[in-house]
Amino acid sequence: MLEDINALFHGFAVALTPFNLLLMFIGVTLGVIIGVLPGLGGANGIAILLPLTFSMPPTSAIIMLSCIYWGALFGGAITSILFNIPGEPWSVATTFDGYPMAQQGRAGEALTGAFTSSFIGALFAVVMITFLAPLVARFALQFGPPEFFAVYFLTFCSFIGMGKEPPFKIMASMMLGFALAAVGIDTVTGQLRLIFGWHELMRGFDFLIAVIGLFGIGEILLSMEEGLSFSGSSAKIDPKIVLETWKKLPKYWLTSLRSCLIGCWLGITPGGATPASFMSYGVAKRISKDGAKFGSGQLEGVVAPETAAHAAGTSALLPMLSLGIPGSPTAAVLLGGLLIWGLQPGPLLFVEQKDFVWGLIASMYLGNIAGLVIVLTCVPLFAAILRVPFSIIAPIIIVICAIGAYTVHNAMLDIWFMLLFGVAGYVFKKLAYPLAPLVLALVLGDRAEDSFRQAMLIAQGDMRIFFSNWLVGSIMALGLVMLFWPLVSKLLASLRASKAPA
Amino acid sequence: MEEHNESTGVPGAGISTSAVEILVSLIFLLIGGIVVFDSFRLGASWSSDGPQAGYFPFYIGFIICVASLVILGQTLFGKSGRSGKVFVEWSALKQVLSVLLPAAVYVVGIQLFGIYLASAVYIAAFMIWLGNYSWFKSIALGVAVSITGFLTFEIWFQVPLYKGVFDPLGFLGY
Repeated sequence: MLEDINALFHGFAVALTPFNLLLMFIGVTLGVIIGVLPGLGGANGIAILLPLTFSMPPTSAIIMLSCIYWGALFGGAITSILFNIPGEPWSVATTFDGYPMAQQGRAGEALTGAFTSSFIGALFAVVMITFLAPLVARFALQFGPPEFFAVYFLTFCSFIGMGKEPPFKIMASMMLGFALAAVGIDTVTGQLRLIFGWHELMRGFDFLIAVIGLFGIGEILLSMEEGLSFSGSSAKIDPKIVLETWKKLPKYWLTSLRSCLIGCWLGITPGGATPASFMSYGVAKRISKDGAKFGSGQLEGVVAPETAAHAAGTSALLPMLSLGIPGSPTAAVLLGGLLIWGLQPGPLLFVEQKDFVWGLIASMYLGNIAGLVIVLTCVPLFAAILRVPFSIIAPIIIVICAIGAYTVHNAMLDIWFMLLFGVAGYVFKKLAYPLAPLVLALVLGDRAEDSFRQAMLIAQGDMRIFFSNWLVGSIMALGLVMLFWPLVSKLLASLRASKAPA
Repeated sequence: MEEHNESTGVPGAGISTSAVEILVSLIFLLIGGIVVFDSFRLGASWSSDGPQAGYFPFYIGFIICVASLVILGQTLFGKSGRSGKVFVEWSALKQVLSVLLPAAVYVVGIQLFGIYLASAVYIAAFMIWLGNYSWFKSIALGVAVSITGFLTFEIWFQVPLYKGVFDPLGFLGY
């Protein structure tokens, strides 16, 4: 434990160089802009900027990219409260009470509440990462291929067990990701798979292209359909309002703590920030004594979802760092960055790349403080971006996406794939096929397959290896419970329903 | 909401959700079939040195087929399947296509004339047709974005972008 605190201070030394601090501020500012703009979000914003960091030292690169992520998390709240337009899916729940508050002229209070609770949520999650991630990584050092496959299995089954979309759609979307990941050269045998003589496909489908298309172009198409017109309340935060709001916030400490826990739980298991924010809002509404007034502009109704969303968004990095398994699409993009910079994600990262890991963790503390300062002082500036008409913003975002898609591999074909993924993203979203499992499967596909094959090699094709010891067995069993959870919960519900009348 | 009064039939009419649902599940079935087919070609069983290249993808393809068949079944025979919900109203579809089709033309433009020229033209055209801006403003912004991109990528980050089949800006020497 003490060793970890030492390492953390060393990390601060790494993160606190002027160059890294500059990148931190650039990252947060870019992130807030990305979070405010429709069609650009944490995942695809980072995906687009990733190629620009290829030449940077990995630690600086990840500091900038992760700060973009914090910025995007903060930025989502601005549009939800001022314009009733959630810039990010995880800020939908913030609109429920945030927008009514803005309409009553309490925008400053709502924004301060949202930013501060985001900050607290993130801080809670970072502290947890600081102490838990090294432990998990140390534990995972004993993992062999069967254990790793079991963890992958659990990750993907959690999507089915905890997703709110129809289970078979989650499954279809996830397996599509695995299938796309298989396209190209098979790393073990060197054979070409699924390319049918089309040699440009040898590269395979890069998940960055998928992320840019699915989340970027798809989102633009969705916004277009809704016919966006931005009309929002004006934003001004003066120090007096900030202080007054901060005085009110301690009252909601229980809500905050509960939201932190919900957020961390859903962030580590791949539930993600969006369900975390909804769940936290729902729970707060049920438990709070002002629950009935929720939806009419309660500060507590802003605190709950924002805290949870940030806690979840941040803690999604825990499995990414310690196991090499990302908890959210954005974490997946950061993981892709690690691979590109030549770092092998997984438990060994904590042993071999101490500077990198602890620099990143230290930058999480600093980045969130920088983020809080920037958003509190610059809200009017960011809100002004939204007043730029959509017919100017939309083509520029599409141009940025196209450039981003091209720079991943310098391949023209990728721009076409981006467009195709964009249409798929639009249709999938409307039909409730979830996108996150697709992206995660595309990222992890090859590695999941490798660990499966290695496990099979060890066991000579005997599936019982996945239950050969208590560790792998219990992870697999948990995975199976998750997989069949929709079925189980349905059975339980029908049992309860049949008992009720009697 | 924007003012785009329905010139196309009844308000609320559009493509039905179940039709799209069926189409998408059939596409999934096709993809699953392709994956299974290719896995068999590669060999989906066990060879002397371990699992063959198609061993893992075979299961993937198989699950895609099963999942898509279940979704298809739920749509055709389930309660929610024939609810007659609308996937997208015609007027909204028109809006979506007004972004999607120019975007496709834009990508063709990139292929032929490179990213910089195509982007400038695309942004300008989008603003003129969909935003009703003046020609001057639109072209100025389009060119400005392209120049910013050029400076950022070619000069500062030294990341060369696609110049197109005809390379109309080749005289710049990048």
